[in-house]
Amino acid sequence: MTKVILPELGEGITKATVSYWYFQTGEKVNEKDDLVELTTDKATFNLPSPCSGTLSEVFFSEGDTVNVGEALAVIE
Amino acid sequence: MEFEVFDIGLFDFRRAWQFQREVFKAVKNGGLKSALVVCRHYPVITLGREASLSHILAPQKELKERKIAIYKIERGGGVTYHGPGQLTMYPVFNLDYLKKDIHWFLRKLEEIAMLCLSDFGISSQRRPGLTGVWLGEQKIASIGIAIKSWITFHGLSINVKKDDLANFRLIRPCGMDIEMTALEAVLGRAVEIDSLKNQLIQIFRKTFLNSIVKVPPERQRGGNSHD
Repeated sequence: MTKVILPELGEGITKATVSYWYFQTGEKVNEKDDLVELTTDKATFNLPSPCSGTLSEVFFSEGDTVNVGEALAVIE
Repeated sequence: MEFEVFDIGLFDFRRAWQFQREVFKAVKNGGLKSALVVCRHYPVITLGREASLSHILAPQKELKERKIAIYKIERGGGVTYHGPGQLTMYPVFNLDYLKKDIHWFLRKLEEIAMLCLSDFGISSQRRPGLTGVWLGEQKIASIGIAIKSWITFHGLSINVKKDDLANFRLIRPCGMDIEMTALEAVLGRAVEIDSLKNQLIQIFRKTFLNSIVKVPPERQRGGNSHD
């Protein structure tokens, strides 16, 4: 089981908004696939999947705000 | 950081978008360290991730008659208009060579537009929470980027020609009641796009040549020094 964590995005950036999930729960993902897109200020940022597996849980929906260091999803 | 410049002139947005993706692939594969795509567009409306179709004010019929296409794209920000009276700069930059900091990069793009304007004796400002470059309440440069694998694309557009300004009435820029202005409107005289373009490229070079903050890990392993 691997947790997908929102990484550091820059100095003073403490959170970002989920703008797009490329996969739905239950779908297979490959390592480095674009998994989720987040938005901060006038930028979108794509977070790749850290490993291959099944996207088993998603903790935030599109439009939700996530803090840096928080888990966005679980891949099993 | 060194970067290649692709000056593609007046270019259809869709084709330029495709070209950016090709350049992105080359940067990602390491074929190019980084690149700056410089162009102007035929009239077009683009919708960033925060945009809503209701921010397009012009009737569909008018847009169709004028052949103004609408594209939903992956950059941050709301709705914007691009036209031939603007200079658009798309830095496809690998932030591994610079600084992995999204806001730092956005502020750098603002700085570039501000430096360019200051060369014309124009004092411009940032506005907190309203990314872009402003002259008081009027916006002169717009920014919206996307980042994948810490490589940037999309970018910065600066309004140059006065006669293109009217087209911003087709939309609510960024979903707000923003009044746009252009360099020619501020100066009260014509500005030659080509010389402005070269000036901007130089400012990009100066800004980012001196911006090497770190060396990517693979280079450190190889024992290479800064280049």
